[in-house]
Amino acid sequence: MTINAENLGKLKYFAGLEPGQLSNMTLLFTEKAFVKGQTIIAEDDVNEQVHFVSSGVVKIFKTSSEGKEQIIKLVRPGESFNDIPVFNQGPCPYSAQALGNAVIYRIDRKDLLPMMKSNWTVTANALAAVAEQSRLLLQLVEDLSFKNVTGRVAKILLQHSVPGPEGAPRLTQYEMAAMAGTAREVVGRSLKALEDGGAIRLEGHRMVIVDKEYLKQLAGLN
Amino acid sequence: MTIKPVFDETKCDGCGLCVTVCRCGALEMQNDVVKIIEVAHCGWCMDCELVCATGALQCPFEIVTLDT
Repeated sequence: MTINAENLGKLKYFAGLEPGQLSNMTLLFTEKAFVKGQTIIAEDDVNEQVHFVSSGVVKIFKTSSEGKEQIIKLVRPGESFNDIPVFNQGPCPYSAQALGNAVIYRIDRKDLLPMMKSNWTVTANALAAVAEQSRLLLQLVEDLSFKNVTGRVAKILLQHSVPGPEGAPRLTQYEMAAMAGTAREVVGRSLKALEDGGAIRLEGHRMVIVDKEYLKQLAGLN
Repeated sequence: MTIKPVFDETKCDGCGLCVTVCRCGALEMQNDVVKIIEVAHCGWCMDCELVCATGALQCPFEIVTLDT
């Protein structure tokens, strides 16, 4: 895959531009392929390039000092990451890893800013992309700070469990998230916390409730 | 037969992201359509569900209690 006007036009930053405008920009971008699991940017790296996913999926996440991972978002084709250090300058506040094989386009701050100065469409698109990311982060802050998601997830597990080992109703993490009024990423974190705390055990597609009393306590049912 | 993710072909937009992230080879793209194939062991990593924007792929859990 090469960087051409058609591929650039699929990126949110450059939506609505004329083919001629896009063609003139192609030389400002570099392309790099990453393999599944490869780190693209590590947290605190200094990198002044906006990255665009041309193909594949990139996981954006933070890691705690204990090694716990919180997924911030998945970046899909057409979307961008590492915008914050480019506009705000400073180290990257998160890590980015290719979830599968991915092709990334990159543009330097020194090339992007003049482009934004001369082209309002690019500026408006960039603002919209960054604003969308801010909205998502605020939602995540709300979920992690104000909602007792682990308690809600504990209650959902109790409500939907049956004595093992067979015949239980099946529930996805998305469905649990919808029930708990939160994002799937937050449910994933709660399930990991419950597993680490010995309340549940994950055995492939089976979730075994090991400590029912503890779950009841978390759910406020005691 | 190993348990595999649940696939709803009517919701699939053929983006193929699930195939690129699948760790066990259970997903293949055949003529622009995702197919679930038999593998020895799906580790239920749920990456396919995570990247699927349309909800075509689902990895549901059976929730069971250990009542002894």
